Amino acid sequence: MRVTKYVVTSQDSDVLPSDIAMKIYESGHEINIKETCFGVIIDGEEDDIKETVNEIRAIDPNNIFIKDRGFPPGDSRRCRGYRGGGARPGFYMIEYESKILPLISQGLASDELDEEISVPEEKKRPSVERIEELIKEEFS
Amino acid sequence: MVKVMVYPPTSMILADLVERMGHEALVVSKEVRKKVNTIGLDSPPLNMTPEDPKKGLKYAAVDVPSGVRGRMALFGPMIEEANAAIVIKGNSCTLGCTGCARTNELTRFLLRTKRIPILELDYPTDDAEAKRFVHKIRQFLEGLK
Repeated sequence: MRVTKYVVTSQDSDVLPSDIAMKIYESGHEINIKETCFGVIIDGEEDDIKETVNEIRAIDPNNIFIKDRGFPPGDSRRCRGYRGGGARPGFYMIEYESKILPLISQGLASDELDEEISVPEEKKRPSVERIEELIKEEFS
Repeated sequence: MVKVMVYPPTSMILADLVERMGHEALVVSKEVRKKVNTIGLDSPPLNMTPEDPKKGLKYAAVDVPSGVRGRMALFGPMIEEANAAIVIKGNSCTLGCTGCARTNELTRFLLRTKRIPILELDYPTDDAEAKRFVHKIRQFLEGLK
């Protein structure tokens, strides 16, 4: 079965969509590639895509994120060229998550180095005595 | 390898982290792909096929808005297939096809009642939270058998 995937690079990554495309061309798999502003869309047979995904991830493991896509690239039901422009359905989720990607990249890097995780301070409700103090301070 | 449902089912971050750790992420695009690759007169997924409302009715009553039942026709089989789930709590991330609040409530409810391991998180807003976010997901996924 043919499989389509998005390859999205984090804003902190030095890897360009064209670098990913070149890497795929070099691999020799029969895969359709579409370069976009956020990364590339790849489309091909399941086994080829599986191998390619591992190769792409190896370029910059913490800054490259891969997601499945239902439609093949350029499908007239989704492509802006056929629908009179405007954002493609599904763009908003990628846009939302792209903003968080640098944080996730840092999280992955820290996890790789096994850095210590800080435990957040638990928020406690003020006691009755503390509330009484606050009231006295405010109204005295 | 465990089948892990991610919520929102369109999430790139969650799906990527799940597949990185060697599990299978259940995402809505895989369900859409099945429909796109099935050639037929109805030209799905732009049109509902006669089978879709039947699937949706399994999860939501007939008087529930058709949008909920239509979405459940896609999400329902994923919930049934799931062996574990990672759910993002906030609603600010539910955009596009996951923008229906009632469907989100129903999906989260069905996941909870299924009694499978569930990890509920918020998207990180700073470095420390991001580290905890990735660490928690890794620990959860490593614990799945």
